[in-house]
Amino acid sequence: MRLEPKPAPSLALTLLFPIAAIVATLLITSLLVLAAGASPLSVFYLVAKGAAGSQFALLETLTRATPLIFTGLAVAVAFRAKLWNIGAEAQLYVGGIVTVVLGTGALPLPSIILIPVIMLAVMLAGGLLLLGPAILKTRFGVDEVVTTLLLNFIVLLFVSMLLEGVLKDPMGLGWPQSQKVIAEAQLPRIIQGKRLHYGFVIAIVSAIVVWVIMKKTVLGYEMRAVGHNPEGARFVGIPVNRVLMKTALLSGGLAALAGFSEVSGLKGNLTLDLSPGYGYSGIVVAMLAMLNPLGVIASAIFVAGIFVGADAMSRVAKVPSYIADVMVATSLLTMVVAILLTRFRVRWR
Amino acid sequence: MDAFEILFTASFWVAAIRIASPLIFATMGELICERAGVLNLGIEGIMTAGAFAGWFTVYAGGDLWTGVLVAALAGAMFGLLHATLTVPLGLSQHVVGIGITLLATSLTYFIYRLALPEVTSPPKIEPFQPLPIPGLSKIPVLGEALFSQTPLTYLAFLTVAVVAWVLYRTPVGLAVRAAGENPSAVEAQGISVTGIRIGAVMVGSALMAVGGAFLTMSAFNSFFFEMINGRGWICIALVVFGSWRPGKALIGAILFAAFDAYQVRLQQMSGGIVPYQVFLMMPYALSILALILVARRATYPKALMIPYQKGER
Repeated sequence: MRLEPKPAPSLALTLLFPIAAIVATLLITSLLVLAAGASPLSVFYLVAKGAAGSQFALLETLTRATPLIFTGLAVAVAFRAKLWNIGAEAQLYVGGIVTVVLGTGALPLPSIILIPVIMLAVMLAGGLLLLGPAILKTRFGVDEVVTTLLLNFIVLLFVSMLLEGVLKDPMGLGWPQSQKVIAEAQLPRIIQGKRLHYGFVIAIVSAIVVWVIMKKTVLGYEMRAVGHNPEGARFVGIPVNRVLMKTALLSGGLAALAGFSEVSGLKGNLTLDLSPGYGYSGIVVAMLAMLNPLGVIASAIFVAGIFVGADAMSRVAKVPSYIADVMVATSLLTMVVAILLTRFRVRWR
Repeated sequence: MDAFEILFTASFWVAAIRIASPLIFATMGELICERAGVLNLGIEGIMTAGAFAGWFTVYAGGDLWTGVLVAALAGAMFGLLHATLTVPLGLSQHVVGIGITLLATSLTYFIYRLALPEVTSPPKIEPFQPLPIPGLSKIPVLGEALFSQTPLTYLAFLTVAVVAWVLYRTPVGLAVRAAGENPSAVEAQGISVTGIRIGAVMVGSALMAVGGAFLTMSAFNSFFFEMINGRGWICIALVVFGSWRPGKALIGAILFAAFDAYQVRLQQMSGGIVPYQVFLMMPYALSILALILVARRATYPKALMIPYQKGER
């Protein structure tokens, strides 16, 4: 078997591949639905209905997509420069920590100043958390995959320590949770009485900003060059290490915003279950979007829809909601194969 | 008893060897994959799948060794999927590995919920029992630690010997090492690099799964969500720490496990002055520290993470 490069595909073809990957995912996971003794068509219909079948469902999907847009962007930015940030989960929690540290009354400022201040601090903290592994990579040659993965466990234990210690809510009836952030630190709801909050708008704006950075600035160009060919980039005078540092700050900062937006916009406080793996799902979101920042919006909504829809489905059909996680993981693998097929033609001898 | 005396008690070393056993299996598994040139980040998920497969086989009425076999087969299947995507197709080993971990974990949880929809606390099985070796297990401290373990721990040590022997003393081992160092040389001998790498990833993944099964069938007697708890990632660090050599990796795993057993005892002695989370963080922090210490002089297999296409240079 051989792989031969082929010319760059047209835009229509490029859009077709994610769809092909999703169809392949549905076919593969329908085997599991059959194993569960249900009909794939009705189960997938129930998932789709649960994700987008009503105003409530649709708003819920967009609410769930919000943190995924942030973590998806974080991964897209890092992977573009081949900085393998698998630590978005930890960066998200650090964002949550900073939000409750600054947002529970320490800074008595009006909303219009307080929220930007918190966001900046959150991004800085998340960025610094990824800067560590990035420096270990460039200085010592330590693989950042392992360090960022291990940091996920360390940070989660750190959060647990804070929630049972200095950040513990005295009125929390003993639960490991922080105090609620003050009203000035809360992101308002977009529609009164619904859960969708302005974090979603910030996520969309972030995606556009990241897109501009990646496509229109020198930094974006350098990041792509470093990701494409670090040796070549170094040869033409791009400061590879410095570009990786900047990438780490941006990527970690974006992931941390997911934690900020969940605390300030949705949950109000920090708990140990702030994220059901948004950091890891962000990898799938970024790959489904082929690392395109604007594509991240669409793929985050799609992945969120699977999770929200599967929750609704599993209440009706006897198929465990874990089918959503299987579908998301499968779509990651089908997608990388699909991307390969856009670039190469498989020749069987 | 003070913090230092613990180190000379048999019960401490028995615990250390028990904690080391799953790490030994999985570290050998990862080592085989990496020596053949493939980074296998599916390890965490494959260990989860193995933990479930072995336990569930026994729960469903199979005997213990059948459970180990089923776990190994499950691991090999995920290894085959990983290798298919990363070896002939040459896809990113980072992305595929994480994908395999996500897939193996979610598939395990899905099957668990499907098979046991109503249970709140997972059912228990009758796990492997300690099998003291007559005579040897009577040697104070060292003998007790090494020779009053379960059969699966003995298998872990045997695995290290077999892996070391195969890698350094057999033609297959030579081909595996060469596939990770200089694949064109392997192809020049008329051996298929693709075949060697796929085989290595399958065998390696099977060992990872047995490592996971150790937890549900020997260390504990039940399957819990998130029970692997980063052990897979720690094993990846152990492979680097052991500079891709089975013997060194074994020592690394035992040192690591001794440290882990030690922090549990320190935690009990500290009487709650230091938050318990600090102790729980230590193994992960230690892994990062170990990576930093050895990284400068680490000599990675030269073709690690580089896909091989026949007839290309």
